[in-house]
Amino acid sequence: MSLLKSREAILGAAIVALLVLIATRFPAFVEPKNLLEVFNDTSPLIILALGQMVVILTRCIDLSVAANLALTGMVCAMLNVAWPGMPIGVIMVIALACGALMGAVNGLLVWKLDIPPIVVTLGTMTIYRGIIFLLSGGAWVNSHEMSRAFTGVPRTQILGLPLLGWIAIVVALIMAVVMSRTPMGRSFYATGNNPHAAVYTGIDVGRSQFLAFTISGTLAGLAGYLWISRYAVAYVDIAGGFELDVVAACVIGGASIAGGVGTVVGTILGALFLGVIKNALPVIDISPFWQMAISGAAILVAVTFNSRSGRARGRVILKSAEHAQ
Amino acid sequence: MDDTRSKAGAEHPVLALDGITKTFPGVKALDGVKLALYPGEVTALIGENGAGKSTVVKTLTGIYQPDGGQILMDGQPVAFPTAQAAQDHGVTAIHQETVLFDELSVAENIFLGHAPRGRFGLIDTAAMKARARALLDGIGAQIDPGVKLKDLGIASRHLVAIARALSVEARVVIMDEPTAALSQKEIEELYELVDTLKAQGKAILFISHKFDEIFRIADRWAVFRDGQFVGQGLMRDVDEGDLVRMMVGRSVDQIFPKRAARIGEEVLKVVGYAHPTEFEDINFTLRRGEILGFYGLVGAGRSEFMQSLIGITRPSKGAVKLDGKIKVIRSPAEAISAGIVYVPEDRGKQGAILDMPIFQNVTLPSLGQTSKRGFTRMAEEFALARHYTERLDLRAASLDTRVGALSGGNQQKVVIAKWLATQPKVIILDEPTKGIDIGSKAAVHDFMSELAAEGLSVIMVSSEIPEILGMSDRVIVMREGRIAAELEGDALTPETLVRHAAGITHTPSEAAA
Repeated sequence: MSLLKSREAILGAAIVALLVLIATRFPAFVEPKNLLEVFNDTSPLIILALGQMVVILTRCIDLSVAANLALTGMVCAMLNVAWPGMPIGVIMVIALACGALMGAVNGLLVWKLDIPPIVVTLGTMTIYRGIIFLLSGGAWVNSHEMSRAFTGVPRTQILGLPLLGWIAIVVALIMAVVMSRTPMGRSFYATGNNPHAAVYTGIDVGRSQFLAFTISGTLAGLAGYLWISRYAVAYVDIAGGFELDVVAACVIGGASIAGGVGTVVGTILGALFLGVIKNALPVIDISPFWQMAISGAAILVAVTFNSRSGRARGRVILKSAEHAQ
Repeated sequence: MDDTRSKAGAEHPVLALDGITKTFPGVKALDGVKLALYPGEVTALIGENGAGKSTVVKTLTGIYQPDGGQILMDGQPVAFPTAQAAQDHGVTAIHQETVLFDELSVAENIFLGHAPRGRFGLIDTAAMKARARALLDGIGAQIDPGVKLKDLGIASRHLVAIARALSVEARVVIMDEPTAALSQKEIEELYELVDTLKAQGKAILFISHKFDEIFRIADRWAVFRDGQFVGQGLMRDVDEGDLVRMMVGRSVDQIFPKRAARIGEEVLKVVGYAHPTEFEDINFTLRRGEILGFYGLVGAGRSEFMQSLIGITRPSKGAVKLDGKIKVIRSPAEAISAGIVYVPEDRGKQGAILDMPIFQNVTLPSLGQTSKRGFTRMAEEFALARHYTERLDLRAASLDTRVGALSGGNQQKVVIAKWLATQPKVIILDEPTKGIDIGSKAAVHDFMSELAAEGLSVIMVSSEIPEILGMSDRVIVMREGRIAAELEGDALTPETLVRHAAGITHTPSEAAA
């Protein structure tokens, strides 16, 4: 437990070290205003990664989150174009429901048909993207077609932070409570840690996985509206490949792909780590090609570090297990 | 006590440990231990969990490197820097949990890593099969080397593991709890195999928790306690009491503390339970305060029936009456709320969530009880966990400790505490003391009879005859998915148990004694 916490502390320290390093080349990056901007920019990643973490906890993976985000975003954008007067609150509820529905479809396929999650979500990923094409006919929805409220609300500043950032904070708080203080949160950990034992304990493992996918889908739907309104454009390929960033954030944050291990705090730090790198590299004038290589290398380093510390932890436990009385 | 050389006579040990020390952060796993293994003899290594037995095995097989001391083969110091080096010196081990590959054939499993090569360095399949056949014949196993491992039962897999161990030129064979997963009949076959290996002059290190088998097959004993060498000698010079005293450093006189419980009214009645492939026609009743033993060979369908009873699998027909009322159980959650709980046999796989702290494991099926308005409450969880772990005398630094960091015996206590916290009417214990040390065993037995005395009904599935005889009020013997006999009182003897379990109807089996 303390090791896990210290792992999060190490990740936090790595982010600070990164910021210090950047500050030596470009001091303006670490000004509070810019840091808030970086946080705001990373908010969709944080929201998606928190959903993904729950799925990964239950020994599954959700590759359809970016497609879900894009489809929900397109639905929201088209609703806005058709009925510009629709309140943003209603649009957000529709976004949540739309995302939840897509997550639930993934979950049902995993639960009831017993198809491996990677196969299910590879399939639905393509299907969801296909549906966007069917809905939009391949056309873009551009910023001038969207209402001012549609693109404006997530930018509303509260105490210097846009609403987008605040939504990420609220999601993080809710997820922290759900994961640590509810029987459902507990069942996610039990399911991933030892599905056999979970079954004997009266936990329906398939149902837990279904719920995890639904949570992930719901958050992807929320992120869908936020993303489209922020960039003020919706099209078929939006956020293409972003699901890999989401998985990377979880893994950097200490979630185990084998399931059962992962925390809300770790996942947020993992997302912020990626966010800082992505935002800093262009600022300190590194070519886009190098940017990709560097963020890729950062992922490998972080994951190697995580798996190494995980392995060391395992070995120490084995040793003490032999002699613990 | 420890100078065995003189007692043993002329023979020199094949392999000896001298002053081996192994330290892990915080613990001295081995503290200057010695051990001598002689050709053609079985040495039983005895000690409670945590005595250092596993560390010795890992040192001998090249998995751990000792920090101090020497390993001697034929009197010459040797080093085993890798598992391969140990094998090259002829030291081979059959592990507690055998690592084999389901999708490979028996022959491939036996020769994985050292398959006979033919032209162009390719694996010579024909030679491999022939040699596998010979090895299996040598240990009297009727197994086709061509079949895939996944098609074999647990006992046959074990024989494959033994054949694998013998496929290298072995001089020293280490058997780490080889009988843990086997039934009485299979154990007898294993004993014969050990005798064969002895006759071939191999030195055998035999690790076991079962005293009857130690006295049956070992020539020598060695006792470790808390990583230290306590003594080594010849079996004929000691009795059970001596060994137990050395192991625990205190005397354990009563192994089965079965108290007379007042047996009350009928609690559970199972009528005509059947499953398409696993069992059929299961009828029995269970009364308040009763311990009902379920005996049978491995594969008799006992665990499969229990899993069906708690809703993991669905029976094809049959009914359950609880307190006189028909109860339909479709899932483990329904079984728990009906008051029937099952403590599975395989703790690591089915029992505890090893990465979770103790208190969360205990409260997992009782979260409804400790939660309020949908939120878990830490204080209530700790209180519930403390109550039941204290009753079971669980020794752990804190309830926040990961269950994976506990010893096998303590893990078993956590699992039992977890189920007691649901306040069941019927508790099913599947092999409750398998693979745990003698001290924890006694505690589990003691607790079991305390539960019965309090009016809980206990079903105990066990393959250990002394445990079945010592603990049960009544015993149901299963064979090939059916109830073969229901025994109590004077009819309950080792002979009758084995006879019914093995389906011998005419002559009583001598093996049972």
